[in-house]
Amino acid sequence: MATASYKQILLKPIVDNNPITLQILGICSALAVTSKMATALVMSIALTLVTAFSSFFISFLRNHTPANIRIIVQMTIISSLVIVVDQVLKAYAYGLSKELSVFVGLIITNCIVLGRAEAFAMKNPPIPSFLDGIGNGLGYSLILMLVATVRELLGSGSLFGHTILTPVTEGGWFVPVGLMLMPPSAFFVIGLIIWAIRSLKPEQVEKHEFQIHQVHRTEVV
Amino acid sequence: MEHYLSLLVRAVFVENLALAFFLGMCTFLAISKKIATAVGLGIAVLVVQSITVPVNNVIYQFLLKGGALAWAGLPDVDLSFLGLISYIGVIAAIVQILEMILDRFFPALYNALGVFLPLITVNCAILGGSLFMVERDYHFAESVVYGFGSGLGWALAITALAGVREKLKYSDVPDGLQGLGITFITAGLMAMGFMAFSGIQL
Repeated sequence: MATASYKQILLKPIVDNNPITLQILGICSALAVTSKMATALVMSIALTLVTAFSSFFISFLRNHTPANIRIIVQMTIISSLVIVVDQVLKAYAYGLSKELSVFVGLIITNCIVLGRAEAFAMKNPPIPSFLDGIGNGLGYSLILMLVATVRELLGSGSLFGHTILTPVTEGGWFVPVGLMLMPPSAFFVIGLIIWAIRSLKPEQVEKHEFQIHQVHRTEVV
Repeated sequence: MEHYLSLLVRAVFVENLALAFFLGMCTFLAISKKIATAVGLGIAVLVVQSITVPVNNVIYQFLLKGGALAWAGLPDVDLSFLGLISYIGVIAAIVQILEMILDRFFPALYNALGVFLPLITVNCAILGGSLFMVERDYHFAESVVYGFGSGLGWALAITALAGVREKLKYSDVPDGLQGLGITFITAGLMAMGFMAFSGIQL
């Protein structure tokens, strides 16, 4: 029983309750860092680690945190973790950390981290919270990598910087789609991914706010 | 003067926080169903942004930057690694203070903004504004202009999106795209519109 529920906690956020496509959390960075796979990968790893550990520590302290200052306590824990990640990146992957610029710092305000802290870690023991953090981080990573794959492959014909489709400028046949490197394409790609997921899982479809009256042929005015 | 004007235009249109850097997206997409609430949130972001960016600028220039503590006799100290935690602390504190001031002196505005004020603490646009200010090393006057401009740009974007979404309610959207999906695509089209501003120099 216990193991099954652990598995559920870990796997549920990946597709069924994906933070980006269903909970509308953590979209900012999902859009901004996905023009290349390398940056998207680094961002995914960083976010998964921060979410997991912040959920772990916050849940560890949940019985000692007064309710009215909990946000500050959570922010302090999260920002300390993000500082660690930021410093590690600056030390070992300086180029990537320059490319990600402010977005590593923005993990602090990434709604996934705080959202999971509030929604899950404050009510559950440390180990499940840790798994929930990893699960949500992986759900986020999945979307991020999907978007980055589409954008880098179509935008510059490469994956992780290795050329897959040789562009015309280098004697190949592939004409790179410049739009894919531009910011708006991230919106379109995520919108289409949401469409795909919801077509596969119709229970996620949102209700129409305003039902349009279907006119049938029998109903002649 | 032209320098500041150009900075303002760039912050509002060309480098729009919401549509060019995707900051504050969560609230941008979640709270843009109605124009009235979107305007309220936009104003709240504008106010908080215009205060926090200059305050963080002062903290960065006089406390955290490498060599900034020279006035205290510590010219070799570089505290910039404490940046993130200080900025978020300042933002949380200012939002809290603003909430109390509004509650005491402007109850009408306080009720209008209501739940959005505390939400702003975790709005990436606010922290992002401060981080861009640090990355580009703006001095104080520039940071005032940048804070105001970027807040205004964000408010403009969310109001525009809310306007589009209010009309969109009545259109026949495919089931899978209903709600979030079509909002993403709308925002994408708006971002393309804003790209037309790029390259404008004053």
